[in-house]
Amino acid sequence: MSLLRVENVSKHFGRLIAVNGVSMIVEPGELRAVIGPNGAGKTTFFNLISGFLTPSSGRIMFDGDDITALLPARRVWRGIARTFQITEVFPELSARENLRIAVEVAAGYRLRTWLSSSADGEVRARVVDLLEMGGLTEKADRLVGEMAHGDQRATEIMMALALKPRLLLLDEPTAGMGDQETHDITQLIRKLHQTQKLTIVLIEHDMRVVFHLADRIMVLAEGALLAEGTPEEIAANEAVQAAYLGKAA
Amino acid sequence: MGAFNNKRTADAAVWLVLLTAPFWMQWIGGYTELGSRVLVMALAAMSLNFLLGFTGVLSFGHAAYFGLAAYGAAMTIKYLVPSTPLGMLVGILVGTGAGAVIGAMIVKLRGVYFAMVTIAFGQVFYFITFRWNNVTGGDDGLTDWHRVPIDLGFTKLDILGNPELFYYFILFFFALSLALMTILLRSPFGRTLLAIRENERRARFLGIPVERHIWLSFVISCFFVSIAGTLYALLNNFVDPRALYWGQSGNFVIMAVLGGMRSFWGPLVGAVIFVVLQDYVSSHTENWESFIGLFFVLIVLFFPRGVLGIFKRKVAQ
Repeated sequence: MSLLRVENVSKHFGRLIAVNGVSMIVEPGELRAVIGPNGAGKTTFFNLISGFLTPSSGRIMFDGDDITALLPARRVWRGIARTFQITEVFPELSARENLRIAVEVAAGYRLRTWLSSSADGEVRARVVDLLEMGGLTEKADRLVGEMAHGDQRATEIMMALALKPRLLLLDEPTAGMGDQETHDITQLIRKLHQTQKLTIVLIEHDMRVVFHLADRIMVLAEGALLAEGTPEEIAANEAVQAAYLGKAA
Repeated sequence: MGAFNNKRTADAAVWLVLLTAPFWMQWIGGYTELGSRVLVMALAAMSLNFLLGFTGVLSFGHAAYFGLAAYGAAMTIKYLVPSTPLGMLVGILVGTGAGAVIGAMIVKLRGVYFAMVTIAFGQVFYFITFRWNNVTGGDDGLTDWHRVPIDLGFTKLDILGNPELFYYFILFFFALSLALMTILLRSPFGRTLLAIRENERRARFLGIPVERHIWLSFVISCFFVSIAGTLYALLNNFVDPRALYWGQSGNFVIMAVLGGMRSFWGPLVGAVIFVVLQDYVSSHTENWESFIGLFFVLIVLFFPRGVLGIFKRKVAQ
């Protein structure tokens, strides 16, 4: 069964139609990229999936359940985690504390006022693992707000991963980054996808990243679905070239 | 590790100062009751700061719960049973209960809207106590009652006649409250509050039901400020509507910000400065509030993280 099934969703803001009847099916273990020119409705589409916005019409199914009207926190509990275009972290806490909060919430400890030493040990060990996986071990005790952009983004991605998501949504993970940072984050995403068998949907502007990572690509233009297929199919698609790739080049 | 040891030393120093205060206060021109007043105000400011500094939510109406608890204690002792513990219990229940009900109505609001609505609810209670003359004593306050010595069976605590003993009575509740706050703030639950303060959107997308946690933090904060309110009534053997006035709420905010709302001890430092300045300046001029206002403006302008923020920055450098 497909993991995520978006059925004909639309989102209107007054008279503006940001997303117009878009459908998408994501299979478990897939890495899907959503691309499109600025203003194509990519982020709005993401917000509909993560619950930041609710659709004006259409339906969203996750693992066979209708989640169209669920609040964001409840979607997280079902296994949908996300990052944002502008990195959302806890700036005045260290990377370790950032991840610790995510691990504790994921373990169902959010209302606990006390942890047994074994539970506390498990939490700490998991945080160490996540720091390691994200390449943050040496910076673990620095305030996240004082870190380089790439490290902040890595922290955010690892926080999302701490939730043990079944679907990870990444909104422009390399936005505003230099070549080296872009490369590092791309490698991190690739590693997570391959070693954790994680299903990922990402929005991305950098075509090198997209063609390097994605199993399938979906192209949005002016709020509507323009094309969908493998990277080879998309690269060869004339409508896509006209609307998007041509303009970017 | 250095920072950890520094913190331990600072904690120990604070408790040592508080434990010995009645012995040296008169040598520097103080008196025991002034120390008691500092403790009560510090507890109130720290309660507010549980919400402000550690959850990132500004209440401008905490005097309402402080004052309701004070009236709860005073009216119980005056009209129902002459018992200090029962008075405190009723006061705490009234203040916390009101906080729970009002908190539930306002947790969806943010920022200045939240602050405005907390003021508005505070003023509702203020006018009730102000107008309801035959029960609350109206503007003249609730008089003709006093705190009652406590019979523990094996000994009698004369908190009425012995001001030093009453200081330690307050210090006991102060310490108990701070211990509870510390446990809460160092727990997974406490960290979800920091998460909300730091970035509400991220907290929400970690799966924290933000409104529910803010409500809990608000109720916990009202619980502690209610303890302070009952002690305030006992300290004065009197309570009047000014305990609920929004100016009083503002004083709590000033104490927290003055001392440093991101530091655990900040509001205590703020309360010491506020209460001592109030005591000292008001014996020389009626315009003591302008002096506190001026001092507050200078601190906020030059040290936006409060008095303790100055030291923190020094340590960091």
